[in-house]
Amino acid sequence: MIEPRKIAVAMSGGVDSSVAAALLVEQGEQVFGLMLRLWDSRPDRPNRCCSPHDMANARAVAAQLEIPFYVLDVREPFRQAVVEPFIAGYLEGITPNPCMACNRQIRWGHLLQHARKLGATHLATGHYARIQESGGHFHLFRPYDRTKDQSYVLSVLGQLDLEQSRFPLGELRKDQVRERARNLRLPVAGRPDSQDLCFLGGADYREFLSETAGITWEPGPILDQAGSPLGTHRGLPGYTVGQRKGIGVSGAVPLYVVAKDFRRNALVVGPRTALGRTSFRVDRMHWVADQPPDPGTSLTVQVRYRSPAVPARLRPNGIEDGAVVDLDEPLLQITPGQAAVFYNRDECLGGGVILQ
Amino acid sequence: MRQKPIYLDYAATTPLDPRARSRMLPFFDEAFGNPSSVHSWGQQAEAELEQARAQIAGYLGCESDELIFTSGGSESDNLALRGAAFAARNGRSANHILISPVEHPAVLETARQLQRLHGFQLEFLSVDEFGQVEPADLARRLRSDTAVVSVIYGNNEIGTLNPIAELGSLCRQAGIPFHTDALQAVAQLNLQVDELNVDLLSIGAHKFYGPKGVGALYVRRPTPMVPIQTGGSHERGRRAGTSNVPLIVGMNEALAVVVERRATDIQGFARLRDRIVEAVLGGIADAQLTGHPAERLPNHASFVFEGVDGNGLLAALDLAGFACSSASACKTGEPEPSEVLLAIGLDARLATSSLRVTVGRQTTPSEVEAFLTILPEAIARLRVVEPAFT
Repeated sequence: MIEPRKIAVAMSGGVDSSVAAALLVEQGEQVFGLMLRLWDSRPDRPNRCCSPHDMANARAVAAQLEIPFYVLDVREPFRQAVVEPFIAGYLEGITPNPCMACNRQIRWGHLLQHARKLGATHLATGHYARIQESGGHFHLFRPYDRTKDQSYVLSVLGQLDLEQSRFPLGELRKDQVRERARNLRLPVAGRPDSQDLCFLGGADYREFLSETAGITWEPGPILDQAGSPLGTHRGLPGYTVGQRKGIGVSGAVPLYVVAKDFRRNALVVGPRTALGRTSFRVDRMHWVADQPPDPGTSLTVQVRYRSPAVPARLRPNGIEDGAVVDLDEPLLQITPGQAAVFYNRDECLGGGVILQ
Repeated sequence: MRQKPIYLDYAATTPLDPRARSRMLPFFDEAFGNPSSVHSWGQQAEAELEQARAQIAGYLGCESDELIFTSGGSESDNLALRGAAFAARNGRSANHILISPVEHPAVLETARQLQRLHGFQLEFLSVDEFGQVEPADLARRLRSDTAVVSVIYGNNEIGTLNPIAELGSLCRQAGIPFHTDALQAVAQLNLQVDELNVDLLSIGAHKFYGPKGVGALYVRRPTPMVPIQTGGSHERGRRAGTSNVPLIVGMNEALAVVVERRATDIQGFARLRDRIVEAVLGGIADAQLTGHPAERLPNHASFVFEGVDGNGLLAALDLAGFACSSASACKTGEPEPSEVLLAIGLDARLATSSLRVTVGRQTTPSEVEAFLTILPEAIARLRVVEPAFT
C-alpha cells in the first residue's frame, strides 16, 4: 500500500509559514504543523521565533486551518549547533551565519527527522525559493519575488533535502502572501517581517554576546592602514569587516572596517577602496547537486544574504572541500565566516564559508 | 476537516453524560434564579441546589452540610489543604504537612506554596516502586503537630490505588485531618467516606461524565476549616460565590448515572485495560508498565518505552488517529520529566518516555485493537536512530 503523502509545515507564527500552510491545505494536501522550540527568551525581551506569543499565533492559525499542530523541543541541539558556533565565531573574529547552521542542522536535521518519524513524507517551510525536478535531479532556484529571495540561506541543502521539501511561497510576491493572509483572515496578517537573528530577541548582538557568553570587550586602538592611531574601539568581536556605521571615528572620506588584527587587538579602518578584493578563499564547500557543477559552468557569487551576485570563477586550491574564488571586479564586504553562495543564472548551486 | 482521533484519554476528561446534559439545561435560562435570593426564583433554585447536595451526600455516605461545592477538583484540593492547614495552625499551632510524592499538582503545588510563603514544614511520605504509600511509613511520620495529611486515591499518571482506608484510620487515631484527592476514583471506586476513613475528599465532575467547572469537597464534621475564598455566606460561609446551580445539578445527575452503572462499567474497563497491558508488554520490546500491576484504576494503563520521546509519541499517535496522554506532555515543547515517575524511581530520561492510555464508556474493543496495531509501528518509527548531521 502506498502511504498517503503527508506534509509537515514548519510553523513559526509568522505570516510566511502560516500562508504556506494555508496554501497546502487549499491544494488538498494532508498537512500538519510543527513548531520548533529553539530558545528560551528573557521575559522582558521575547525572542522572535518561539515566544509564547508566537506559539499562540501558530496554534491559532493551525486551529483555523483545522490541521494538527505540535511543538518540537530543540533547545539543546539549537544551542549546540547554532548559538555556540555563533558565539565561538565572534570570538575568533569571524561573522558566522547562524541561519544557515540552523537550516542545515535544525530544520533539515532534527525537524525533518522528527517530521518523518511522525509519518510525514515532506517538510514545507515559508521560505522564498523554488525547487524544480528534472530527471530525478532536484534544482534550487531563486523565487519569483527577488526582494525576498532566501535561496542564499538554503544553499546548504542537498538532493535528499530538496526531494523531501516544499516551498509553497516560491511563486508568490510578498504582497500577494500578505493579501492571502488577509483574505484567509489569518490572525497574523499584519505582523511585520522579521529582521534580526531570531534568538537575539531584539537585543543588539553585542549585548547578546556579553550577556549570554559573558564575553568581555577588550578596548584597543583603531588604526588607519598606515598604522596611525585614530581612536579606541570597544572590543574586536563587536565589529564586522565592511562595517561603516558605529565605528566612532571619522576621516576626510567615510571610513570602513578593513580588517581586525587580533594579534595587536587593533581595528584597521580605511576608505571604501581599501575593502575591494578580487580573490578570496572558501572552505566547507557544499553542492546542492551533491557534486560540483560541470567545468565551464558560468558562475556568479553572492557573499552576503542581501548582496548582488557578481561573476566569479572557482579554482581548486588543493584542499579537499576548499577553493579559491576569483572575481572580475573588486568586491566589498567579503566577510570571513559568511557564506559565498554560487549561482548559475537563477539556480543556486551551493556554497562555502569565506575564510580569513 | 480532519477526522477526530479515537479518544483514549478518559483520565484527562470525559464526555458529558446525555442525562446530565438534559438535566442541567433548564437551569441556564428557565430556572435561572440565584439561590441566595429571597423571592420565588431564588427559592426554586435553592431547592434544586439543596436537593442535589442531599443526593450527592447520599452517594458519598455523608451529611449534606459536609459538602462544599467548588469550581472543580483543583479548587477542592486547594481548599482542603489551605483550609485545613490554616485552621490547624490557628487552632492547635500545627505546622507540619505530610503528603505523598505522587500527588496531583493541585495538591503538590499548594503544599509547596504553604511551605514557601506561609512557613509550613512540608514532609513527603515515601512510596514504593508502584507509587503506593505504606501505612507503616505514615505511622512513623505522623506528628502531633501535623496539620493535614494528603494522599491521592487513584493516581492520575500511573493508575496506582493507595490503601486509603488504612491510611485514614491511622490519621483518625492520631486526630489528624486526612485528605484524599479522589478525582480519578469517582467513576470507578468505592466512595463511602466512612469506609475510607477520610476527613476531606475532593471530586471534580468532568472526570465522571459531568460538566467541567464544578466539583465538591467533602469535609467531615467537625474538621476545622478556614475559608479560602471569602465573601458572601454561600456554602455555610466556607466558600463564597453564587452557587453554580446548572453545573451542580449536572454533577449530581452524572453521579447518579455513575452509581447506577459503575459495577458493569468497571468490568468492561478492566477487560480493555488488561488487553492493552498484555498486548503492549507482550508485543513491544523495552516496554514497562508504570504503577501497580493489580491495584490500579480499572480504566488506566500506563507505560514507559525505552528510547521514545513521550511528546513525539503523542503527536505520532494523534496523527495516526488516537488521542492519548503522557505524563511529561507539554504543549509548549518544554518536556520535563514527570515528578511522579521520578518518585517511583525511574531515571529522568525514562520519565519523559511515558504513555497513558485510559478507556471509558465509549471505548469499544475494536478501537482498542486498532490502537494496539498502530502503537508498535509508531514506537518502532520513533526509535529509529538516524545518523548525526554533518
